[in-house]
Amino acid sequence: MALRLKLVPDTTTINFFRWQWLTFGSSIALMIASLVIVAVMGLNFGIDFRGGTTIRTESTQEVDVGTYRSALQPLGIGDIIITEVFDPGFRADQHVASIRIEAQENAEAATPETVARVQDALREIDPSITFPSVESVGPKVSGELVRSAVIALVLAALGIGIYIWFRFEWQFALGTVVASVHDVLVTVGILALFQIRFDLTTVAALLTILGYSVNDTVVVFDRLRENLRKYKTMPLRDVMNLSVNETLSRTIMTVVTTLIALFALLIFGGDVLRGFVSTIIFGVILGTYSSIYMAKNLVLWIGVNREPKANPKAGTKFADIDA
Amino acid sequence: MLQIPLWKRFLIWGICALAVLFAIPNAFYGRVESHNDALAAVAVQGTAPTPQQQAAIESWPSWMPSGLMNLGLDLRGGAHLLAEVQLSDVYADRIDGLWPEMRDALRAARAEVGSIRRAPSEPGVLRIQISNPDGIARAVQIARGLAQPVQSVTGTGQNDLDVRGEGDTIVIQLSEAERTATDQRTLQQSLEIIRRRVDEVGTREPTIQRQGDDRILIEVPGIGSAAELKSLIGTTAQLTFNTVVNRTTDANTPVEPGQELLESEDEPGVYYVVQATPVVSGEQLVDAQPAFDQNNRPAVNFRFNGSGGRIFGDYTAQNIGRPFAIVLDERVISAPVINSAIPGGSGIITGNFTVEQSTELAVLLRAGALPAGLEFLEERTIGPELGQDSIDAGRTASIVAMIAVVVFMVACYGWFGMMANIALAVNVIAIFAVLSLIGATLTLPGIAGIVLTMGMAVDANVLIFERVREELRAGRNAVRALDEGFQKALSAIIDANITTFLTAVIMFAVGSGPVRGFAVTLGIGIIVSMFTSIFVARSLIATWYAWRRPKTITV
Repeated sequence: MALRLKLVPDTTTINFFRWQWLTFGSSIALMIASLVIVAVMGLNFGIDFRGGTTIRTESTQEVDVGTYRSALQPLGIGDIIITEVFDPGFRADQHVASIRIEAQENAEAATPETVARVQDALREIDPSITFPSVESVGPKVSGELVRSAVIALVLAALGIGIYIWFRFEWQFALGTVVASVHDVLVTVGILALFQIRFDLTTVAALLTILGYSVNDTVVVFDRLRENLRKYKTMPLRDVMNLSVNETLSRTIMTVVTTLIALFALLIFGGDVLRGFVSTIIFGVILGTYSSIYMAKNLVLWIGVNREPKANPKAGTKFADIDA
Repeated sequence: MLQIPLWKRFLIWGICALAVLFAIPNAFYGRVESHNDALAAVAVQGTAPTPQQQAAIESWPSWMPSGLMNLGLDLRGGAHLLAEVQLSDVYADRIDGLWPEMRDALRAARAEVGSIRRAPSEPGVLRIQISNPDGIARAVQIARGLAQPVQSVTGTGQNDLDVRGEGDTIVIQLSEAERTATDQRTLQQSLEIIRRRVDEVGTREPTIQRQGDDRILIEVPGIGSAAELKSLIGTTAQLTFNTVVNRTTDANTPVEPGQELLESEDEPGVYYVVQATPVVSGEQLVDAQPAFDQNNRPAVNFRFNGSGGRIFGDYTAQNIGRPFAIVLDERVISAPVINSAIPGGSGIITGNFTVEQSTELAVLLRAGALPAGLEFLEERTIGPELGQDSIDAGRTASIVAMIAVVVFMVACYGWFGMMANIALAVNVIAIFAVLSLIGATLTLPGIAGIVLTMGMAVDANVLIFERVREELRAGRNAVRALDEGFQKALSAIIDANITTFLTAVIMFAVGSGPVRGFAVTLGIGIIVSMFTSIFVARSLIATWYAWRRPKTITV
């Protein structure tokens, strides 16, 4: 026998419904908690969504946030947020900070004068400072970006729901959509809790989570559909347990390879991507959890029509494809 | 499934070979880029390449594909602007230009309408008060008489002015159809002017595109800052109308003080001596449209604002039969002869034009200055060093992710894992090939998309291998297990990938900039990974099986 790393034993008979009230209940609780956290703490919107200017500074001297702040205070340009940026990829003498300035009043567009004044003030205290990136977004665009982001998420959830409905049954579609909404919602809650910056790429991350979560759920449902045909008299709950157990090894393998790639990005991918990647990591873990514990519970409660269908091959339409 | 027809194998491996071929240029990015740039430069200059250009061209074999992925602004550095065109500026200009004409027309009917005066009003609306309210119907009629048919495809039969009487006041504004037509023209004109300006600095692959009803997106790689780009766009082309003193083919013709020798735009070797002080300048030009003269030859209609129109009218009245020069950025684009006095500020330029030339001339004339103000809604500057740092970080992350996934797959599935890894390598190469083929833009989130694909691409093979393991445990022999494994996993693979692909499509449709870059690599990654994990991995396993003929297999 060849040596194999096995994350999951060959056959498992875990009863995934044993703690169903606890698991499902905590999912519901997490969703409510996320909503509350977002409502109370708010999201740390980046300039994409609230307008304003971000200036990235780079210097050979250490960043002293206090000095920066006192240099910029006299300019009277409203709220300034200064954060030092760390990354293992930086050189020893590479000190990076990010300065965020609020959208200036009665200015739709970016204000080059303000940016120039900030840059001059910083050059005064640190002649070696450079500005690798300056980004400004006006409040008009940022409002539209919020709208299109919400539209994107809703459209994606709807599109997925409709596809699953066509390929499976409406119960499965509902379970899938609810599970993926759960993943996205709780991820947003985590972003609010840790005040991770929420910008356009975060929306891309949320859409990716949606895709991944559905991907995972579909694999379980695909097996469930197959087993429902195979074991016509077995209670639905047992067929579900069997299907999750049979696909458990794959579920774990895929989440591990995906996380391997994501952690490589998190550690080596640079600070610009960090928020994006950590968001996807939260979502992938949640997605795995919800496809095991959440989606199928919903389907179980709604029930599935197990009468033989007119076309028994409907579900394995693609199984005839031959290479 | 282990019997794959020979032609199919050739097809599968042929596609893989093509993928490698089209991906290779990206491994030599700098060299291929200078090769492409030199070729493009030689094509433009139309002469033999300089030694440096020759060297650049020869540094990459011409029989190799030379398509490259474009690097997004966040990787290459450059400036990004989103500008909103202030369309209502144009309405106000048009309406203001209308006043002198209206005044003259109404004055001629003084007996009926009495004295007239311009009443204060919001921009874009002209209010004229008349002292005799009984004459309002007549006044409105006169004003309507000055309206012209809308010049557009959809607005035919409608007039450009909306005139109504309110007590003793005539209210004049642009009609709905005219506004729509004007908006179209203004935006198109703005795009053309910006393109002209940006092209002058000759940076590589600028993006200048219309967004929505009134916005223009401008992305210029390699430019120092958004402020620099803004001042570049703000610089107006100098359009002037000058008196022609002489026409010559001698580039060294001496000129007197106050005169200039200018080259002709479309007649090579022809020069014009013109008065340096222009008669009228382009700031006073309101509009120019391609048209036809009374003999049905292509011509260009143009219109000045009030003061420009008066000066031009006086000048043309005094200089019938003489040529005048239309000069754009120090080049004579046309030197027509004045056939008759041109009062009222509008006229027609005739000449030996084709329809294309008259259209182009109209564009050039309008391109003098931006027709409306631009408001900048978004400005982003990314320095080239930051872009390079991002590329380096992305490269490191990709390599680490690749090695880690490869090791993990081998640890879990042994030989089969190795075959999945080969499929994965083909997958990544093919993503680069497709990106280069369609000239897609790679952004930093796009790199993240590729790395994420590495993690998710093995999913299909994991599904298959897990299925094969199950079949083996169920007591099937090697061939049956492999066969069933591939077949039964297929529907899960396809459903799972289609749903993920759906989200990529929506991201592409709704997103912008970097998000789109991510959507493109994710979407391509999904399609390519289905090909590699199903066909490539299957073909590999079939070959291996035919070679080893194992009685039993361990996945």
